[in-house]
Amino acid sequence: MTDRYSYESIIKRKAEIMRQSTGIDYSKYEKGLFSFDYEGFMNEYSIPLDLVKQIQAEHGVGQTPLKELKNITALVRKIAKPGNGARIFLKDEACNDSGSFKARRASLACFLAKALGFKGVITATSGNYGAAVASQAAKYGLKCIVVQECFDSRGIGQPEIIEKARACEAYGAEVVQLSVGPELFYVFLRLIEETGYYNASLYSPFAVNGIETLGMEIVEDCLRLTQRVPDVVVVTNAGGGNLTGTVRGIKKATDQKVQIVASSVNLAGLHMASDHDFNRKSFTTGHTGFGIPFTTYPDRSDVPRSAARPLRYMDRYVTVNQGEVFFMTETLSVLEGLERGPAGNTALTAAFSIAQELPEDEIIVVQESEYTGAGKHHQAQLSFARENGIDIFFGNPREEIPGTNIILPDKLTDIVAQDLDLRKIRTSLIRNYLKGYSKITNADLNFLKEETNTSLDEVKDILRELKIEWEDANG
Amino acid sequence: MIKSGTWVEIHKIILSPAERASHLPDDTKPVPLEMWLKGTLLKATEIGETAEIRTVTGRIETGTLVGVNPHYTHSFGQDIPELRLIRDKVKKALWGEKND
Repeated sequence: MTDRYSYESIIKRKAEIMRQSTGIDYSKYEKGLFSFDYEGFMNEYSIPLDLVKQIQAEHGVGQTPLKELKNITALVRKIAKPGNGARIFLKDEACNDSGSFKARRASLACFLAKALGFKGVITATSGNYGAAVASQAAKYGLKCIVVQECFDSRGIGQPEIIEKARACEAYGAEVVQLSVGPELFYVFLRLIEETGYYNASLYSPFAVNGIETLGMEIVEDCLRLTQRVPDVVVVTNAGGGNLTGTVRGIKKATDQKVQIVASSVNLAGLHMASDHDFNRKSFTTGHTGFGIPFTTYPDRSDVPRSAARPLRYMDRYVTVNQGEVFFMTETLSVLEGLERGPAGNTALTAAFSIAQELPEDEIIVVQESEYTGAGKHHQAQLSFARENGIDIFFGNPREEIPGTNIILPDKLTDIVAQDLDLRKIRTSLIRNYLKGYSKITNADLNFLKEETNTSLDEVKDILRELKIEWEDANG
Repeated sequence: MIKSGTWVEIHKIILSPAERASHLPDDTKPVPLEMWLKGTLLKATEIGETAEIRTVTGRIETGTLVGVNPHYTHSFGQDIPELRLIRDKVKKALWGEKND
C-alpha cells in the first residue's frame, strides 16, 4: 500500500492541495488542448491598482526613488560613439521593506491571507522573496514558513541563500532548509497540507498584480523627472513575474511604446538540479537557469497555471555574464555611492551596454536593485567562488565558462549584452506546449500567438517546421 | 546532554536515494534529500540522537540533533584584490588620471 505521504501520493494530490491553499480554481480557465484564458484569469484574480498602491504604502512597500545614474551615464558616453549614451535611471527597489522589489509580490499575498482568515503563509523560495513574505507576514501577525534549497550534499550552503535564511528568521519566519533537488516541491506541498497555510506563490495572479505598481511608478517617476516616458526598460528575468508585472503596469500607465528588454546572467551549461553544480554558480537568481526554462514553459511553476508569462511581454532578451555583473556592481558602488546586491544589477549591466546603442536624449530605466550584505555581497560571492575552485581573472567576458571561471571585463568596451534569438525561444515554447499533439485547435493556435507575442503567420510557420496541423478558424 | 528548552538545529533525511524523483542528474540521484530545521528542544537529548523540536510556527518535528544555539557564519568573504583594480579602472576612466 502506498504511504499517504510518499513522494508519489503527495504529487498526485497537487491540484487539490493547490486549490485549498490559493482559493483559485485553475481548471475553470482551461481551453482547447493546452491553452487557458490568461486575461480572464488575471482580471478575475486581481485587485485594482489604486487599492494595491494603498495596501503597499501602508506596509512599507512601493514609491521607491528613481535615481539618475549620472556618473555611469557619463562613463557610457566615454566609450559610446559621439551623440550616443542614453541617460540611465535606476528604480532603487532596495528601498522597499525587506530590501527588494519582491516586497511588492509578497504584499498582496499576505494581505489576502489575512483577509481570507488563514493563520499563516508559506512559500518555496531561496531568493529575496522569502524575506519579503516573512517581512510582510510580520506586519499582519501571520505565521510564515519559507522552504529553501540551500545546501549541497557536503552540507555546504550557498552564502547568498544562507543570508536570505537569516533575513527570514530575523523577520520571525520558520526556515526549512533542504539539499539540492526538485523534490523541494514535495516538501512544500506536504507542509501546505500539514499547516493549511496560504500558498504565497510567486506565480499567483496576485504576486504579479503586486508588481504592476512598479511598472506604473516607473512611467510616473520618469515623466516627473524628465517629462518623457522611458524609451527602454531593462528587467532582470528569472521566473518571469518581475517582467510580466512590470510591463502590465507600464501598459496601464501609458499607451506609448516602451521597449522591454529582459536580461539574465548567463549560466549556460550548469544544471539547476545538479548537486555538484549547485555551489559552482555565483548567482542564485536572475540567471538563465531560471530565465530560459520559465520563459519557454511558464507553467513549470508551483501553481497549475503561472501568472508570470514573460515571453508575452518582452521585445528583446539579452544575457550578460557573471564577471560583467560583478564588475558593474563594483562600479555602481564606487561611482554612484550605491552598494547593492549583484543579482539585482543584472539589468544594470545590460543597460550599460544598451545605452551605448541609443542617442543621448533617450532614457533607459533599470527596473530594480536589491539590498546587499554578508553572503550576498559581490565580494562574498567572488570569495566563495574562489574557494570552490572557480578561476577569477580579467579578460574577455565572452570566454567565460560558468562553473569553471569568472571573467571580469578587461576593458569597459568588453561589456556587451548578448542578444538571444527570440524566434528560437518562441519555437521552444511552442514545442513545450505541443508535447504529444499532432493537430491543435483554433483556441490553442491563438493561445500560442499570445504566448509568443508574435504574428499568427510566425506561429503557423513554426508549427509547419514542427509538422503540426491546426484547426482553421473558418472550418 | 542538551537541556529541554534549548534552541537547536536538527537534520533529517526526507527522501532516500531510492525514494527520490525520477529524472535527476546523475550526481544528485545517489544522494538523499536532506533537511535542516531549527527550533526549541522538547526533551533533553544528546547530540547525534533523535530529538523532538517545536519550530517558531509551533510545528513539532523530529530529526537528529546536530546543533546547539546555532549561529550564522556567512561573511563578506576573503579580500578580492580584483575589486580594487575595478575601482581604479572605472574611476580613472571617468575622472581621469588627475584623480590619483
